[in-house]
Amino acid sequence: MEYSLLIIVTPIILFLLLGLLGTKIKPTVAGIIGTLGMTFCAILAYAVAFQYFFQIGKTGEEWTKIIPLNFEWLRFTEHLHIDLGILLDPISVMMLVVITTVSLMVHIYSLGYMKGETGFQRYYALLALFSFSMLGLVVATNIFQMYIFWELVGVSSYSLIGFYYTKPSAVAASKKAFIVTRFADLGFLIGILLLSYYTKTFDFGLLTADRATLVTTSFAGGTFLGLSIATWALALIFMGGAGKSAMFPLHIWLPDAMEGPTPVSALIHAATMVVAGVYLVARLFPVYFFAAPEVLEMIAFVGAFTALFAAIIAITQTDIKRVLAFSTISQIAYMMVALGVSGYGDHDGLGYMASMFHLFTHAFFKALLFLGAGSVIHAVHSNEMNHMGGLHKYMKITSWTFLIACLAIAGIWPFSGFFSKDEILAAAFHHQPAIFWTLWVVAGLTAFYMFRLYFCIFWNGKRNYDAHHKPHESPMTMALPLVFLAVLSVFSGLIPFADFVSSDSVAFHTHIDPLVATLSIAVAVVGIGIAFFLYFKDSKAPARIARSMGALYTATLHKFYLDELWMWITKTLIFQWICEPIKWFDRHIVDGSMNGLAWTTQKAAASIRGLQSGQVQFYAWIFIAGSLVIAVLVLFL
Amino acid sequence: MFFIGIYGFITRKNMIAILISLELVLNAVEINFAVFNRYLFPGQFEGMFFTLFGIAITAAETAVALAIIINAYRAIGNIDIKNLSKMKH
Repeated sequence: MEYSLLIIVTPIILFLLLGLLGTKIKPTVAGIIGTLGMTFCAILAYAVAFQYFFQIGKTGEEWTKIIPLNFEWLRFTEHLHIDLGILLDPISVMMLVVITTVSLMVHIYSLGYMKGETGFQRYYALLALFSFSMLGLVVATNIFQMYIFWELVGVSSYSLIGFYYTKPSAVAASKKAFIVTRFADLGFLIGILLLSYYTKTFDFGLLTADRATLVTTSFAGGTFLGLSIATWALALIFMGGAGKSAMFPLHIWLPDAMEGPTPVSALIHAATMVVAGVYLVARLFPVYFFAAPEVLEMIAFVGAFTALFAAIIAITQTDIKRVLAFSTISQIAYMMVALGVSGYGDHDGLGYMASMFHLFTHAFFKALLFLGAGSVIHAVHSNEMNHMGGLHKYMKITSWTFLIACLAIAGIWPFSGFFSKDEILAAAFHHQPAIFWTLWVVAGLTAFYMFRLYFCIFWNGKRNYDAHHKPHESPMTMALPLVFLAVLSVFSGLIPFADFVSSDSVAFHTHIDPLVATLSIAVAVVGIGIAFFLYFKDSKAPARIARSMGALYTATLHKFYLDELWMWITKTLIFQWICEPIKWFDRHIVDGSMNGLAWTTQKAAASIRGLQSGQVQFYAWIFIAGSLVIAVLVLFL
Repeated sequence: MFFIGIYGFITRKNMIAILISLELVLNAVEINFAVFNRYLFPGQFEGMFFTLFGIAITAAETAVALAIIINAYRAIGNIDIKNLSKMKH
C-alpha cells in the first residue's frame, strides 16, 4: 500500500510545478496538467479503496487500521514526538475517494468555468495545493499532523476565496474566513496541547485504542472550573472543528466565502474542507464517547441549533450561492448532530455511521448543487435569484441535474440523501426526541428552500432575456461533471455503508425505520409542495407572506444580525472597551512614568545648568566657600 | 600669605596674575610644611623633603600653565580669564 503516498505527493508536485511555471505556460496547458494530475490521484484513490475494502482491510470481523508509512519528524521527549504518516481505515479511505472525485470534477468543470480568467494558472496551482492539504489531513496518523494540514487547508481556502483579489469584498471575505477559523484553531491547538500533555502522545491509534483507556486514565482527577480537564481539552478541540465546519456561532465566515469562484465553493466550502470538523470529531470519536460524553451532548445540541438556524436563514436569502452556503451549514450540522447522538459499538453506533454516510452523499449532491449554480451564474452573469427564472428551457442538463441534487438533499426516496438523512433521524430518534423533532423540522425547511431555489431559477418565467443575450447551456467540460455527480447523487445512497464504516470498526446491519422514513418523506413533500405553490408561477404570495412576518423576515434576511453582533463584539466590546483602556494604560501609565522620569531629569538639569558658567574663578569661589563651610562644621560640631 | 594668594586667584582677571597668585598659595603651603617640621619635629626631615617635592612640582606646573596661557593667547588674542569660558560645553 506504499503507493498511497503518491496520492498526496502528486498534488504538491503539481502545485510547485504550476506555481513556479506560472504564466510561462498557456492557461489551457496548466489546466490540462492539473486535471491529468488529479485524474491520476483519483485512480490511485480508487485503487486504494478497492484494495482496502475488498482485499486487505478486514481481519476477521473488524476493519483494521493500516499504516503503510510513518516516519518520525520531530521528537520532543522520550514519548512525545510528531510523526508524519499515512493512516488507512474506513473513514480515511472513504474521504480519499470523496476528495479526489469531487476535486477531479471541479478541475474538469473549471476548464470551462474559468476560461479566460486572469490567473488561470494560479487557480490550478492553488487547487492542487488545496487537494494536497486536504488529502494530507484525512490520512493523518496523529493529531498534530492533522493540525498542520488543517492550517494548510485554511491557507489554501483563504487564497482561493480571495482569488479575485482586485475585488474588495473578496479580500474582506478571505480575511474574515481566515481570521474566524484561526480564532477557532486557537482552541484546537490548546486542546491538542492539553491532550498531549496528559496522555504523552499525539497518535490517533494510541488515543482511541481499547475504548480510549489511555485518555480516561491519564486525565484522572484534574478539574478546572468544575469540569474535568479531559472535557475541556475535547471541548476545545471541538471548537477548532466548529470553526472549520461553520457551527454556530462561528459560521459567519462561510456565507462570505462565496466570494470565491463557484467551483472553489463547490470543492472547499461544500464538499471537503468544511466537513473537516466532522471528520475530526469522528476520528476522535471513542475519546469523546468514553472520556467526555458531556461534550458529545453539547455537540449534538450545538449541531441541532445550527441546523435549524441556518435553515431558517436560507429561506430568505436571494443570492443563490448564499442559499447554498446556509444549506451547507445546516447539513454539516446534521452530521455533527449524528455524531453527538451516537453511541459506541454495534447498532448503538448508528449515528457515527450515519454521520459519515451523510458526509459521503452530501459531498456529491452539494458539489453538484454548487456546480449547477455555477453553470447558471455562467449563463446569466448574476448571483441574484431575481435576475433568473424560466431557465429550464434554455439549460436542460443543468436543470435536470439540479433537480436531482435538490431531491437528494430534500431526502426523497430513492435518492442518496434519503438514506443518509434517514439514518441520522433514526439515530436522533432513539437518543433524544427534542433533537429529532428539530431535525425533522429542518428536513422540511431544507426541502422548502431548495425547491424555492430550484423553481425560482428554472421555472417562474418572470424574466425576459434579451434576444442577443440569451442564456445558453454550458460547454461540455461543465456539463459532464454535472452529469457524473448527478449519477453519484442518485446511486451513492444504495451503498450498504454500515458494512464498511462503524464506530467500533465491526460491520453491523441497518434497516430503515418505517416510522422515521415516513415522517421525513412526508415533511419533505410538504416542503416541496409549499415551495411549488409559492414559487412555481410568478405570484405575489411570497412577498405578502414576507410582509406579514414583518420584523422576523427582516431579521432572517439579515441573518439574525449575527455578523453585526460579531462586529459589535470585536469592534465595540474588544477594541473599544478592552483594547482602548489597555492602550490608554500603556500610553499614559507605562509610557507616562518613563516619560515623567525623563522629564524630571531634564527639568532638574535645565535649572542647574546656569551654574556651569565656564568661569574658573567662580568655581574656585564655590570650592573655597564649600571647604570653609566644611571646615567650620568640622570645627564646631 | 595663603589668603592673599586665594584673594588674588579669585579677583584677578589676567591669567598671569592668577598664576602668580597660585604660586603664592603654593609657597605659603610649603613654608608651612617647612616651619611646622622645624618646630614640631626637629629630628625629622619629612616636611623638608615634602617642601622640596612641592617646589619641583610647582615649577613643572608653572611651565605647563604658561604653555597653556601662550596657547590661549594665540587662540583668542588676549589673556583675560573671562573670555575663556568655551570649555564649559
